[in-house]
Amino acid sequence: MTSIVKPRIDKHLRRNQLGLTVRDYEGVMSTLCAGCGHDSVTAAFVQAFHEMNLEPHRAAKVSGIGCSSKTTAYFLGQSSGINSVHGRMPSVATGAAAVNPDLYYIGVSGDGDSLSIGIGQFAHAIRRNLNMLYCIENNGVYGLTKGQFSASADIGTKAKYGEVNEQPPIDPVLLALSLGATFVARGFSGDKKQLVPLMKAALAHKGFALIDIVSPCVTFNDHKGSTKSYAHTYEYYHPVIHADFVPEEAEITAEYQDGGAITVPMHHGGNVTLRKLGRDYDPRDRDQAFHLLRTREGSEVLTGLLYIDETKPDMGDMNRLPDEPLNVMDYSKLCPGSAKLAEVMKGYS
Amino acid sequence: MKPTDTADPDYFHKVVDCQWACPAHTPVPDYIRLIAQGRFTDAYMVNRRSNVFPGILGRVCDRPCEPACRRGRVEDEPVAICRLKRVAADHKDEVADKLPRAPIAQNGKKIALIGAGPASLTVANDLAPLGYDCTVFEALEKPGGLMISNIPSFRLPERVLDEEIGYILDMGVKLKTGHRIDSLKALLDEGYDAVFVGSGAPKGKELNLPGRQEADANIHIGISWLESVAFDHVKSIGKRVLIIGVGNTAMDCCRTSLRLGADEVKVMARKPREFFKASPWELEDAEEENVEIVVNHSPKAFVIEDGKLVGMTFEIMEYDTDERGRITDTRVVGEKTIPCDDVILAIGQENAFPWIERDLGIEFDKWDVPVVDETTFESTRKGVFFGGDSAFGPKNIIWAVEHGHQAAISIDKHCQGLDVSERLPRGLNLETAKMGHNEWAYSNGYDPSQRRQMTHVELAKRFKDLDTEVELGFDPQQTAVEVERCLNCDVQTVFTASACTECDACIDICPVNCLTITPNGEEADLRQRLSAPADNLDQDLFVSEDLPNTGRVMVKDEDLCLHCGLCAERCPTAAWDMALSEIFLPHADDEAAERARRRAAE
Ligand SMILES: Cc1cc2nc3c(=O)[nH]c(=O)nc-3n(C[C@H](O)[C@H](O)[C@H](O)COP(=O)(O)OP(=O)(O)OC[C@H]3O[C@@H](n4cnc5c(N)ncnc54)[C@H](O)[C@@H]3O)c2cc1C
Ligand SMILES: Cc1ncc(C[n+]2csc(CCOP(=O)(O)OP(=O)(O)O)c2C)c(N)n1
Ligand code: SF4
Ligand code: SF4
Ligand code: SF4
Ligand SMILES: [Mg+2]
Repeated sequence: MTSIVKPRIDKHLRRNQLGLTVRDYEGVMSTLCAGCGHDSVTAAFVQAFHEMNLEPHRAAKVSGIGCSSKTTAYFLGQSSGINSVHGRMPSVATGAAAVNPDLYYIGVSGDGDSLSIGIGQFAHAIRRNLNMLYCIENNGVYGLTKGQFSASADIGTKAKYGEVNEQPPIDPVLLALSLGATFVARGFSGDKKQLVPLMKAALAHKGFALIDIVSPCVTFNDHKGSTKSYAHTYEYYHPVIHADFVPEEAEITAEYQDGGAITVPMHHGGNVTLRKLGRDYDPRDRDQAFHLLRTREGSEVLTGLLYIDETKPDMGDMNRLPDEPLNVMDYSKLCPGSAKLAEVMKGYS
Repeated sequence: MKPTDTADPDYFHKVVDCQWACPAHTPVPDYIRLIAQGRFTDAYMVNRRSNVFPGILGRVCDRPCEPACRRGRVEDEPVAICRLKRVAADHKDEVADKLPRAPIAQNGKKIALIGAGPASLTVANDLAPLGYDCTVFEALEKPGGLMISNIPSFRLPERVLDEEIGYILDMGVKLKTGHRIDSLKALLDEGYDAVFVGSGAPKGKELNLPGRQEADANIHIGISWLESVAFDHVKSIGKRVLIIGVGNTAMDCCRTSLRLGADEVKVMARKPREFFKASPWELEDAEEENVEIVVNHSPKAFVIEDGKLVGMTFEIMEYDTDERGRITDTRVVGEKTIPCDDVILAIGQENAFPWIERDLGIEFDKWDVPVVDETTFESTRKGVFFGGDSAFGPKNIIWAVEHGHQAAISIDKHCQGLDVSERLPRGLNLETAKMGHNEWAYSNGYDPSQRRQMTHVELAKRFKDLDTEVELGFDPQQTAVEVERCLNCDVQTVFTASACTECDACIDICPVNCLTITPNGEEADLRQRLSAPADNLDQDLFVSEDLPNTGRVMVKDEDLCLHCGLCAERCPTAAWDMALSEIFLPHADDEAAERARRRAAE
């Protein structure tokens, strides 16, 4: 946390198609520890929305409990959000998305929030293919409650005061793949060059988009012996594939075509281009994704858009929910009256 | 790029835009902080050390610091640096006991100073406390040079001049007024150990057009006319006055005319407004007094009737400019005669040295200007120094002061038998401004207030006499707001690459996006890859050593940094710190002190 609010000076900054600068996408001042990875993820959201030319009030921000979950207040201050109950964000998101599919749903959660108390809700949101961008700000600990190991802590990683973790970790990426998630990625708070395009692609995706973001806890898990520290992550950092979102109006330039780049047309318009980095790998192939993750070497942190499937229906489509948000729907349609009810009831008699 | 060498005092000095731009390198943010604390006397003394005349300069300085001020880039208007200087001068307590004093015993060296303008007075100010016997020769009846003879008292009251010149004379400096030096040779023969020529650029330029001779009685040379007004030799002027030229002298001539009875004053400019030499604030002040500024009129002839000036003919000009605003073509598109009673010529000044014999070993160049060394201010004759307008042509007071400081160093060295070109280097001292967690030794918040406007005496009251000072000075409220507009650019961002974990926290928080972590490259390439466009090439990029985790570098574009300290507050490892920089800029007394230290050590 800083002693003063970040002053607002933006005359020198680039304006997007809406005439807005990145500053228009910020929220209130962060109260997290100085250097927390979560603040960088916040900055990435700001940047992604600005670059996508989305109106800053067009998101719905949902979160659970944790330092990570607090961050929904720190970006898109003009959008509404709910800081819900620990591990229960997916239910809130489900309800909100069902009644108003017209917003960009952004879930922010932690490894504790999603993989311990909230793992059930997390799994079902994936199963329903809820149309949202779901970010796990993964630091291997419960930051807010002062650094206990979370379910993503690696075997052998050391806590701040010396305890060593012996339980196997849950990898949210593998979990999401097995549950049939349609967009699965991993990023790192220290690499916005990768993270921002991933967020943009995820926003263009229709269905559940998971980004597991290694986001170091600078206070309780950034020491020597921790496998979620900045130093450790930088050392074993391995981008596998680079995803870029190319909006409809822009051309897919030669830069993307060489090296066998893959282009995936997105449901909401535009394309995601995937550039291989070193390995021969096709993120449209689920088997390859499993193989890659299970054969990774040692402590490698494999990042990038690891799996994408644009063909599956999302929750709204599967349940034939109306495209029109309920809050703008004509009242007579929303509540057809007692005659209609009687008619429906007759069907059961 | 190579890692930036922040040990070079010039690197951080340049970040303090105002101080770097000030010819005398006044530590501006330092004195503004003192004013903010109500320590006006201390603020005055900090100023006086650099610029000798804070009360004078707080009113009429040319203020090269203000266009340079970072605040002008961050929003639109710079900090009112000059106005704040006046606040220090107006509200200080007695300073006599804080001023340098002449030692009881002099050192036996005699210095002659020609002209009692700011250049000579600064030399005397620096040398008298070291024990030099200084004598100033001034042709006019009062000391001050153009500050008393030309700058009108409605801009610069005489009491302010008296006070600040008095501080120098009180150090035992001898002043001989009404004493014009007619022969340098004769003066040199009197056996002075060194001579300083601070005689200014006293010759106003002529405009030899048809009718000039016949109309002589009503055509005046600006600087001589202002001098005659200042010394009460001229007390009136005609009703309709034309001023030729649109520099600062023209502004003083038109406003003085209004106070001597003129009621229709026009300033005639040959070119469009973008090309005016006058400072914008002087133009504004003149226009506020209903002076009309007429552009694109080039003087052609004086119109005489019955042997008397009745008007002036002008050619009406048209100019073509290129995209950078430079004139590419000029045309005359008409002619116009404007009636008038008097004309004042304000088209420039020149040096003139009829009293310097050309066989003294003092070399003059092809424009008949003495050859003067730009660092030592020595002429081609050892022991004869020039400074102020006499050295390199007309500039302004603050340049005259800086020339004086540098010449004083040379004169001291010359008199001690030392090499004048061997001078103490500049220095830099950095001290952390951190006082505790997110607590700083300066006010790091950003106050978005606009620049405060100076209040002026009502128009009706100003023209009654010549002496009513137009500017009232800042009141306490204006001062309180204006001091907070200063960004404290001397509190530097200091980076330790080995401590950085590349968490990006500073990059995200920086309100002006001036930080970037990126692979190193050549400057032109790096400038393209930063968080925000780095298109102000006058401002440096800081480039760190390679960072430990990835080998990338931290790059800072100095252009818009607010010195808000948020990078340091956000950095988990204190890789960024805010540190107060003090730039050491040696004066003659520093040189003398260093000599004494060395002698003591031997
Ligand atoms: C109308 C006008 C307005 C100005 N306004 C400003 C302003 O607002 N701000 C600003 O910063 N600058 C201003 N200037 C410029 C500024 O006044 C000069 O740059 C500055 O005074 C130069 O200082 P100096 O010490 O070199 O010489 P000067 O101030 O010119 O002093 C030289 C002195 O030497 C004397 N002298 C000359 N020859 C001899 C001799 N042979 N023997 C004895 N004495 C001699 C002269 O009488 C004079 O008093 C203005 C100038 C003019 C003409
Ligand atoms: C029902 C319930 N159980 C426990 C807690 C205590 N609690 C608060 S935050 C938290 C863990 C947060 O960890 P994570 O989601 O990883 O967030 P981080 O702070 O690490 O970003 C826990 C267990 C709670 N708030 N509510
Ligand atoms: S405790 Fe850890 S996770 Fe929470 S704000 Fe601090 S650094 Fe971030
Ligand atoms: S002090 Fe730091 S955070 Fe503030 S503007 Fe300068 S570089 Fe940016
Ligand atoms: S906040 Fe500190 S550690 Fe983090 S990137 Fe900036 S300088 Fe490095
Ligand atoms: Mg956590």
